[in-house]
Order: sequence, then C-alpha cells, then structure tokens
Amino acid sequence: LANVETAATLGIPLLTLLVVLPLVGAVMVSLMNKAQAEQIKLVALVFSLVTGALSVYMLAKFPSGQAGFQFVSQQSWVSEWGISWHLGVDGISLFLVVLTGVLFPLVIIGIDPHHDQKPYLAWMLLLEAGVMGSFLSLDLFLFFVFFEIVLVPMYFLIGNWGYEKRVYAATKFFIYTMAGSAFMLVGIVATAFLARRDIGYLTFNLVEIAEKSNFATGTGRWLFVAFMIAFAVKVPLFPLHTWLPDAHTQAPTGGSVILAGVLLKMGTYGMLRFGVYLFPEATLWAKPVLFTLAVIGILYGAIAATMQKDLKRLVAYSSVAHLGFIVLGTFALTSQSLTGGVMQMVNHGVSTGALFLMVGMIYERRHTRQIAELGGIQSVAPIFAGFFMVVMLSSIGLPGLNGFVGEFLILIGSFETARWWVVVATLGVILAALYLLWAYQRVFHGEPSEANKTFPEITRREGLLLGVFIAAIVFTGIYPKPMLNRIEPSVNKLIEHVELRTDYQQPVSKGEVHGEAGE
Amino acid sequence: MIFAAGAFVGPSIDWYKMSPALVLVAGALGLILVGALTPQWRKGAYGFVAAASAGAAAVLTGMLWANLGENGTPSTLIGDALSFDHFSLFATFTIAVATLLAVLVTNDYLEREDEDGPEVYALILASALGGVMMAQANDLIVLFLGLEILSLSFYLLVASNRNRAQSGEAGLKYFILGGFASAFFLYGVALIFGSTGSTNLATIGTTLAGQHPGNHSALLLAGVAMLLVGFAFKVSLVPFHAWTPDVYQGAPTPITALMGSVGKVAAFAALLRVFTVALPSRADDWGPVVLVLAIAALLVGSVLAVIQTDVKRMLAYSSISHAGFILVGLEAASHISNADSSLGVSSAMAYLFVYGVLVVGTLAVVSLIAGKGDNATTLGAFNGLGKTNPVLALGMTVLLLAQAGVPTTSGFVAKFGIIRASVSVESYVLAVVAMLAAVIAAFLYLRIMVSMWLSEPASTERREIPTASGIAIAATVAVTLVVGVVPSALLNLSSLIFPAI
Repeated sequence: LANVETAATLGIPLLTLLVVLPLVGAVMVSLMNKAQAEQIKLVALVFSLVTGALSVYMLAKFPSGQAGFQFVSQQSWVSEWGISWHLGVDGISLFLVVLTGVLFPLVIIGIDPHHDQKPYLAWMLLLEAGVMGSFLSLDLFLFFVFFEIVLVPMYFLIGNWGYEKRVYAATKFFIYTMAGSAFMLVGIVATAFLARRDIGYLTFNLVEIAEKSNFATGTGRWLFVAFMIAFAVKVPLFPLHTWLPDAHTQAPTGGSVILAGVLLKMGTYGMLRFGVYLFPEATLWAKPVLFTLAVIGILYGAIAATMQKDLKRLVAYSSVAHLGFIVLGTFALTSQSLTGGVMQMVNHGVSTGALFLMVGMIYERRHTRQIAELGGIQSVAPIFAGFFMVVMLSSIGLPGLNGFVGEFLILIGSFETARWWVVVATLGVILAALYLLWAYQRVFHGEPSEANKTFPEITRREGLLLGVFIAAIVFTGIYPKPMLNRIEPSVNKLIEHVELRTDYQQPVSKGEVHGEAGE
Repeated sequence: MIFAAGAFVGPSIDWYKMSPALVLVAGALGLILVGALTPQWRKGAYGFVAAASAGAAAVLTGMLWANLGENGTPSTLIGDALSFDHFSLFATFTIAVATLLAVLVTNDYLEREDEDGPEVYALILASALGGVMMAQANDLIVLFLGLEILSLSFYLLVASNRNRAQSGEAGLKYFILGGFASAFFLYGVALIFGSTGSTNLATIGTTLAGQHPGNHSALLLAGVAMLLVGFAFKVSLVPFHAWTPDVYQGAPTPITALMGSVGKVAAFAALLRVFTVALPSRADDWGPVVLVLAIAALLVGSVLAVIQTDVKRMLAYSSISHAGFILVGLEAASHISNADSSLGVSSAMAYLFVYGVLVVGTLAVVSLIAGKGDNATTLGAFNGLGKTNPVLALGMTVLLLAQAGVPTTSGFVAKFGIIRASVSVESYVLAVVAMLAAVIAAFLYLRIMVSMWLSEPASTERREIPTASGIAIAATVAVTLVVGVVPSALLNLSSLIFPAI
C-alpha cells in the first residue's frame, strides 16, 4: 500500500499478539486439570483480558485520520503458494477488533456455562483467536483459514452448551456456513491465479491483488459472486438466513452474544474488505440485487420478529433486519452510508449482544423464553427493566443512542444512490419500534403472574456487566465523532479505489459525515 | 525388453534402489517360513518384525529420495520394468508408512481376538509389496503382477477373521468382483498391446505421441476404457463401488485401514502414472471420462455416506468421495496443453499421502471402539466417547475435521492443493462440485462428532487404549496437525512429484 511507510508501527507485534494470545490461552486451558475450576477460569480471564487491553491500547495508538493499514506485520508462511502471515488494521476493521477484544472477556466473566467449564473456555478462546484473525488478515488464504476455523468452536459451543435442539442448530450452522465457504475457497484460489497474470507471480496478498489486478468484467463478476455467497450466508442475507434463528435461539447465552456481536460481522466485513475492494466493477453490477435482498431482509426480519413467541428468536430475527441495513449502507457506496454501515456493525454488536445477554438473564431466572409466560416484570424488577429499555431503544435507533447515528448515516447516505430501496427500508425502522416495544410491553408491563412475582432483581455482577454495554451505547450515541474520525478516512479511500477503477462517482461531496451526525 | 531376442541377457539389477521392495519381501517370507518352523513367538513379536520391515522400507525410501536429490535423473530398474523417480519413491514411502501404522493397529486387534500369528502380518507385507510394485511399475504386465499380489493378499486378509461370518462373506464378495475387475484390466492391457505393440508405458507414450491424435483407434480406446474399469474398481469409483461398503464393513478393521490407505495409494499411483505417461496424447479422450467419474464419485460418495449408520460403512462411502477428489487432480492433469497441468499429479499424490495417514488413524480409533469380536462399529458405539476418553475423542475429532477439510489440518492443505490444481487449468465447475461434496461429507464427520461429544455414553467406564494403537493414533494426529500448520515441507516434496517419462 502506498502509505505503509507512514503507517504507525510499534515495537511489539501487536496484531499477531491479538491472534496468538487467545490461542495460547486456549491451549493452556485445555492442558489444565479439570478439577482446578477456579484456576482455569482465571487463566482464561487473564488471556482474554490481556487481549482486550491490547486491543484498547491499539485503539489508543491508532492514528486518527489515517486511511491505510496500520501496525502491519508480514511473515512468509507457505512461500511455495505465495501465502504469508499478513495482518493489518484500518478504520474499517479497527472497531470490530476492539469490539472482539472487549466482548470476549465480558462474556467469560459474566456468563457461566453451567457445566464442563474447561472445554467451554477453551473453545471460547479459540473462537476469539479465529474472529480476531478474520478481522486482521490481509492475506486471502489466511483469511479463509480463520474464517473457516471459527466454525469448529462455535459448533461445539452451540452443540454442547446450547438448549433443546442444539445438535440440529449446530449442525445446520456448520453446514450452511461451510457450503458458503466452499464457493469462496474456489473463488480465492481463482482470484490469486488470475491475478498472477497481472502481478507476475502467485500471491494471496489482498492489497497487492486489489491494487494491481485487472480482472475481465465477466471474470470479476463470477469471482465476486463466489465470495458473496460465503458472506451472504454469514451475514446472513435473505434467503440464506434460515440457519440464524436456530443457531441464535439454541446457542448458550455466551454463544449468542458472540454470534450476534462479532460473528455475523465477519460477513458484512468480508463484503467490504474482499467484495468491494477486490471487485469494484462487479460491486456496481451486483448493487441492485444486493439492495433488494437487503431490503427484503429488513422487512422480512422485522415482520418475522413481530410474529415470534420466543423472545430469543425475536431478537434473532431482528438481527436479520439490522444486518440488512448494514448491507444496504455498504453497497450504497457513499462516504456516509459506508461510514454508517461500519459503525452500525459495531453498534449492532453492542446492542444485540446486550439484548441476548438480558434474554439469557431472563431465562436463568424463569427457565422460559416464551413471551406469553413472562409479563409484569417491570413492577418486580424495575432496574432490570430499565436496563432492558435502554438497550432496546438503542436497537430501535432512538436519537441520542448509538443505533441512531449508524442507521441515520446509512439511510441519508444511501438516499442518493439507492433512493427507492431506502424509502422501503425506512419502513423497517418503524417496524423495529413496533416489534421491540410490543415485546417490551408484553414482557415487562402488566400484572406479574405468580411465577413472575419472584423475578429476582439484577445482581451487582450483572449490573456491572450491562453497565459496560450501556456506557458504550450512550457514549457512541452522544459523541460519535472519535469513532467517525477513524472510520471515515479508510471508507473514503475504499470509495476512491472504486471510483478509480470504474466510472462510478459518488454523488454527494465527500467527507462531510460529521455535519449530519447529530453531534 | 526383458526377453531380448537371441542370447538371453539378464537385466542388470540395482539392489539398493530396489531395497524397499526387497525388505518387504524379506519380512513377509521370513515371517511365514520362520514362523512356520518355530513355536509360537512371544506376544507382539510377529508384529514387531512386520513393523520393523515396513519401517525399514520407509527409511530406505527416504535415503533413496535423499540420494536422488532435487534434480536427480530418474531411471528405470530391471530392464525398464520398474521406474525409479520421485513419483515412485513418494508413493512407496506413503505405502510403507501406512503399512507400518496399520501393523501397529493389527497388533492390538490380533491380541484382542486371541489370534496372534505370522500369517496376517506376512499378508500385510505382501500387499504392501504389491502396492510398491504397482506404484513403481513402468510396464503394464508388471503393474498387473503388482495388482494381483496386492489383491490376492487383500482377499485373504479381508476373510481372515474366522470368528466373524461377515468377514468371510466380505472376502468372497471382494474376491469374485475383484476377479472380474482384474479380468477387465488384463483385457485392457491386451488391447493396448494390440494397438501399440508394447506394454511398456514410456514406449506406449512415444508410439501414441507419434500417431495423429485424431487417429482414434477403436482398439486403443476400448483398451483404455477396460483399463479404467479395472482401476475404477480398485480405487472404488462410482459406478464400480458397490463392493466397497460391504467389504470395508466386513473386513477386520485394521485391514479396512490397510485397504483404504495402501490399496488406494497403490492403485491411484498406478492410475496416475499410466494415464500421464502412456496416454497423455489421448487426454482429450479420457479427460471427459475422468471428469464424469470424478463428479459421480464425489456426489454419490458424499450423499450415501451421510445416510449410513455404521461408521465403517460411512468411511467406506467417504473414501469414495475422497477418491473423487483425487480424480479431480487427474482431471487437471488431463489439460496437457496448460503449463499448470503438472500440479494435478503432484497435488493428487500429496492428497494420497495425507488421506492415507488420516484413514489409518481414523480406523485405528474405530478398531479400538469395535471391541472384542470387532463388531461394535455402529454410530451408537461412539456415544459419549468424549466423556469416557476425552483425549482419544479429541484425536478422533482432529482426524475427522481433517477429513472434512477444516483449515490448520492436513486435510485442508490436501484439498487446497487439489482445488488449486483444478482452478489453475480453469476447471471451475469441477472445483466447485468437489468443494460442495466436501461440505456434504462434512455432515457425516459431524455425525460422528455428535455421537462422541454430545451423546451420553452407555457406560461411563474408561476404555483401555493399547500402546501400539495409541502410538499409531498419536502419530497420525501429529502428522495431521503438523502438515496442516506447516504445509511447506509436504509441498516442497510433492512439487517434485511427476512421473518421469
């Protein structure tokens, strides 16, 4: 990349540590004696906390206003195939990495697996390593390795610690995602081989391929489709979403939080990092289809969520709708819509993560997720209800909370390039208010039944845990500028990359995100 | 030619270069002869001799490889009968390693069944010898000899469990169908001889290259088709696969491992050599056939594997799917005008090594679970293995994930190599079909994992793991992970592998 020279570097291989530390933690946990439950938890916690601290340190050191990849580290891995251990972070991946780093220790501290703690923690840490690697990889092969390896811990987390239909849900998750990846693997190999003609040698280096390759129109489109199938399953985009409600509902609370918080983002992130960056022409070509699928997802997710009897399933379907907004913003390809999309990836991770956490707490207390069996909880547990209210409002997109900033930027940014899709998508905002408020009303308002009268109030540990989420929700909602400052340069650079290679010009003046961002 | 006209001049014999095969012969004959003349040996002694013989073959192959060096000139042995190149050495090494591992598993199996004796080991070494001959053969007749040595040993080994009716039944079934396949093969050899005047692979290759490619001799094409049928039976491709599940299930489990590794490696090595050395000029004729066979094997193998309830049958069908994957490599090699077509053979050989190790490891675990009588191989028998033997279950999980092609395992490296070969010659459709078949097959491996980790065990008693099997399983898991994380070594080796002409 052009500005690698100006990029920030540190004495320590920071990004490598972010991937390797959880991995080392996982190995250590799995080597410990099952009987030492306390020490196992401590080790897992230390490793995830240090990783989290390093990710925050990276955020602090990340130069605001820089577009290129920072803290890049590159080591040859399989030189025969032009594959290297190549990590880097830019404004697009920055907050996803921080979110991953912070979310995992919170989940490890805050949620007990109930049984078989040791393998649970080992899988969690392995999952963290995989997710970190996916967000940091700048090598197509390396990315695929991490993208795929994530399936294994998630499979076991759902399958072993989930609810009634956990085996079915875990298998469905694994097979769906792997089927998507099958196309991507062929796409990755084909991309590298076809790019070899332009580059002169075989390499899987993302930046090199994106900057130097020049695919024929038809070829680029095929390759784009191969990548998109994998990401569309992961996001998930309608009609490939059917694994998500099952996986989310059956996963243990910790699994659901991670799944909603960071795993789904691997899909939208991949679309941005690999789809748009590698195949600008195909991106423009496929835009209408992706808009349409995104908008169908928004409406379908919202309507399906309204109909759910199971609170956790309701939140799961709301994810389908929210991710639809992100996809819409991603492919609208304006500075605002893309910035909003990237921001919304993080916002959704925080708010939906928190929602799953609270649904988990409700289940712990009442051993049911059926909305009909709940009710009147506000009068017995007002603080709990208050927390839920804030998180829910963030998910709806209330001004002053984080969800609003992202959603607003997406809608306003996409209006120029995807006008009629935005018009329809806006209905989704209203529907979100409908299903979430209605759910809130049924769960928290009214007279509590006998069983709900003893609903315990929030504990200190739970309160502290949720406090972190709420702090993030409120801070981002009120003062999004630091976040936008770091996302925007990278996003603009990506759009310039597209403009340079196609005849596309983004309609509005560039780089004016903050003005409208409700500061 | 071995039989020169006029005065008979024996071919020169390079004993050292033949030593891997000779060690196997010595081991087999020694076990039979000395074993017959002496009273019962101590526990494990027969197995030790067999393992030492296979291990020595592997070591000698490694030394020969080192002598040959990266740029060594390939040569032929015993008057053009055998070829001596990286390709044959790599296949020989794979066969020797797989045999060694299978012997370790057999040792514990025979002990458990109270049948310790020299016969089974002698036959295992004989089958390995047949495999080595197939992998090295530079002449269709020699290839047929190797094939028969391998097959006859297998027929006996499959039927060797006298206390289990299925074993005998499977042996008979395999024998009858295998006899047909051998007949097809031999007929194919005869027809090819008739149309080219030679059974030597290199001579056939040059003869055909000299003819006009459009000159479609019906005799030749019929011969190639017959040959392919023979091979397709041996490596169990659809629609010549019907014997596979029955025989895999009926055979003693360590023998199933041997068939899945040594049998596959030998037959595929021979198949790859014959088609790329003798018949490259007719690649336009056999390429499409291979394409269809690959797709059929991939899809039928994967789909039928998923619906089985017996783990050995599952692995039998999955072996069909894996065979399809290897054929994808051959299909890539059929695009001879493409500069990257050599990737096809080397990636197929790398796949064979990886798969050979994986399948022995997997079936070693199955053999442990099968218990006395070798019968408990249903999916249910694996229930709760994660609770009773977590380490064993973890090892099995690694092996299964590798078979499914999950990254950081050798299986992924192998699959990636094949896909790379296929994509480099622009066979995109086949590459996608292969990957989708791998996904379908992944479901099957997940089913076994579900049994092990997510089902309750019938009894909470811990299973004893015998030492030899434990070593074999640990070694296969280690190879799986090391190749998965540091693939460079295997890739460096396999990049040299293409049959020399």
